[in-house]
Amino acid sequence: MDFDPVLLARIQFAFTVSFHIIFPSFTIGLSAFIATLELLWLKTGREVYHRLARYWTKIFAVSFAMGVVSGIVLSYQFGTNWSRFSEVVGSVIGPLIGFEVLTAFFLEATFLGIMLFGWNRVPTWLHVLSCVMVAAGTAMSAFWILSANSWMQTPTGYEMRDGLAYPLDWLEIIFNPSFPIRLAHMLLAAYLTTSLVVLAVGARYLLADRFHEESRVMLRMAIGMLAIFAPIQAYVGDTSGLVAAEHQPAKIAAIEAHWDGTKPGALVLFAWPDAAQERNLFEISIPHASSLLITHSWDGLFPGLKQFAPEDRPPLIGPFFGFRIMVGIGVIMILMGWTGAYLLFKRRLEGTRWYLFAASLCWPLGFIAVLAGWIVTEQGRQPWVAYNILRTADAISPVSGEAVAFTLALFVIVYGIVFSMGIYYINRLIVKGPGGSAIDPPSRERPTRPIAAAHGAGRDAIAQGE
Amino acid sequence: MEWYLPVIWSLIIAVAVIMYVVMDGFDLGIGILFPFAKEERERDQMMNTVAPFWDGNETWLVLGGGGLWVAFPRAYGVIMPALYLPIIIMLLALVFRGVAFEFRWVAAGSRRWWNVAFAGGSTVAAFAQGVVLGGLVQGIDVQNGAFAGGSFDWATPFSFMCGIGVVIGYALLGSTWLIMKTDGSVAARARRTATLLLPVVIVFMGIVSLWTPIAIDRIAQRWFTVPNIFYLAPVPIITAAIAYYVWRGLKGTAEVSPFLGCIALFVLGFIGLGISTFPYLVPPHLTVWQTAAAAPSQILMLFGVIFLLPVVLGYIVFVYWIFRGKVREGEGYH
Repeated sequence: MDFDPVLLARIQFAFTVSFHIIFPSFTIGLSAFIATLELLWLKTGREVYHRLARYWTKIFAVSFAMGVVSGIVLSYQFGTNWSRFSEVVGSVIGPLIGFEVLTAFFLEATFLGIMLFGWNRVPTWLHVLSCVMVAAGTAMSAFWILSANSWMQTPTGYEMRDGLAYPLDWLEIIFNPSFPIRLAHMLLAAYLTTSLVVLAVGARYLLADRFHEESRVMLRMAIGMLAIFAPIQAYVGDTSGLVAAEHQPAKIAAIEAHWDGTKPGALVLFAWPDAAQERNLFEISIPHASSLLITHSWDGLFPGLKQFAPEDRPPLIGPFFGFRIMVGIGVIMILMGWTGAYLLFKRRLEGTRWYLFAASLCWPLGFIAVLAGWIVTEQGRQPWVAYNILRTADAISPVSGEAVAFTLALFVIVYGIVFSMGIYYINRLIVKGPGGSAIDPPSRERPTRPIAAAHGAGRDAIAQGE
Repeated sequence: MEWYLPVIWSLIIAVAVIMYVVMDGFDLGIGILFPFAKEERERDQMMNTVAPFWDGNETWLVLGGGGLWVAFPRAYGVIMPALYLPIIIMLLALVFRGVAFEFRWVAAGSRRWWNVAFAGGSTVAAFAQGVVLGGLVQGIDVQNGAFAGGSFDWATPFSFMCGIGVVIGYALLGSTWLIMKTDGSVAARARRTATLLLPVVIVFMGIVSLWTPIAIDRIAQRWFTVPNIFYLAPVPIITAAIAYYVWRGLKGTAEVSPFLGCIALFVLGFIGLGISTFPYLVPPHLTVWQTAAAAPSQILMLFGVIFLLPVVLGYIVFVYWIFRGKVREGEGYH
């Protein structure tokens, strides 16, 4: 049997990066959520914030571990599977990854130690600070990785010398055209993903008639996030699409399944884009609507797929359906946020069981939307690995197809075990629920830590009052 | 500048790699020693000594690999495919042991399996790292600037011996760490283990020191010609002195000095390998100058390292200080 090393390397990278992105999109949001809870605890002294922070920290620990180990794999895969990519663009995006390590990885990894294990060792303010540091570290990490990835989509600030990208202007490289909007899109996606999980967990508890105080806090915070940021995300995503239309027209043509650029684009609601016949099967569409969205004009023209040579077209199925899944989930998020806000305003949230039931099912939506969005943007970049610089087929390592197939099988087995066990354990932590720590005595707190001691006393008073 | 930059960068990467070897070395060592603990609460205690640190320790691996990519993309593009299988296996082993830290606490019934994952992952990762080291030192087949060898070129008696050597070396580091960070039965066993392992590690260091110059003429030239031999003679002499110092500490009641001494042994061994291979980054074909990134990239990252690495080291020291002192049996951070 013949192994195609390019295809196998692509499957392997797609598999490992998809597995990885699930965790950052959760932990970026979750660390910010935990930091917020701790700040609220510090400010109000309400025990429920402390209980929630401790509870979510346990879930965070399990997810973060999976994110870390799968991220280390990726940092090496550039070399093991894509060595030509590493050489051709290494001088330009290597430093961005280097800065990610120096500004983000060490920060989050080091303060994670205090966050997870320092509850009884450090004063409260330092624990809160550590949570903020971890949250900042995860967001910094997103900054650099999105910068590097955006440069692969819309490269600027370089020139080619002897076949290698040579950096000319670092600010242009870091702040390349698609970077700011894509960073905003990704960070919002992470915060929304976490909000949906928090929403679902709170709803699940209320449906089961458990942890009322905690659930109210979780639902209020999650609904607030969704009601405000889901519509903003829709706007940011749209702007991101306009940037792509300007710099990566083939990607937009694939997303819209738009073949003929001499005619205005219809908004294709459903179709099966057929690359061989160069047309859409089973198409349901709204005429001119796509032109209106992209060019802001009824008869506006934008490039169609036929304008690109077949070997320069991205695959169609992934970007086309991925985009529709992402947008559909975005609509659900807005609806959940606004409905929830209305029910909160009417003080009917806890009695509206159909809403709670719907909310309890929402936890995977953010992850699905993130994965779908990444498929849109990364498959839409094909056949280039770095847009107009290096084709994916020319980027791979001189490694045998058998070796790649073997390691791919190992990745599938190992990640399969780790992922399913991780989900199982997280679910068990959720079933167990928050609690326990309410009357946790401040055992090691010394008199030299007035804030911690005061909080300890406050906690005891509250606990006695309950 | 064009001459100095790659030299400076090879030193930075050497520092990152040695930081990784020492810091992840002791916590991988804990995993290697895991099967030899008698009871579950001893294993809890062992794991608790490294639980707050392991993630930060492993980040040095990313800095080492990432730094190699940033500063020497062409070396990175040759080394990674050449050592493809051991590197991927190392990464997968690290996946298992990394998640074991958290999974083990929430696993309840399946805890035993995560003990196996932690011990197995640590041991395999250490072995693979030794194989990678050996595979690099013995040389890589390069043509036209790209890796031109086969999938199993790295698999030689020398690289396997390096793999075993690293496993034993990490176990030694881990046991001296336990002497420092624990008391009771764990510390007592760690002292016995370290006393047993120290001579073995010295023998392995000796074998590598003799094998490489005998097998590779370039390395013999470096060490055994006049006047180099006079300049370089202190390396083995200091190594021997430190080995003796560790031995005395282990035989006595010293709790901190064996660990520090073992770190010094690792650093010296690493310096020795550096002396053998410099200026080759991919021996025997590519030097640091041939594989360097564009000068602006190396300069930009150099500023990053100069300003950011001290901050990083600062908060790492701070966290070690927060969790200073011994971890007693039954004391869980979780």
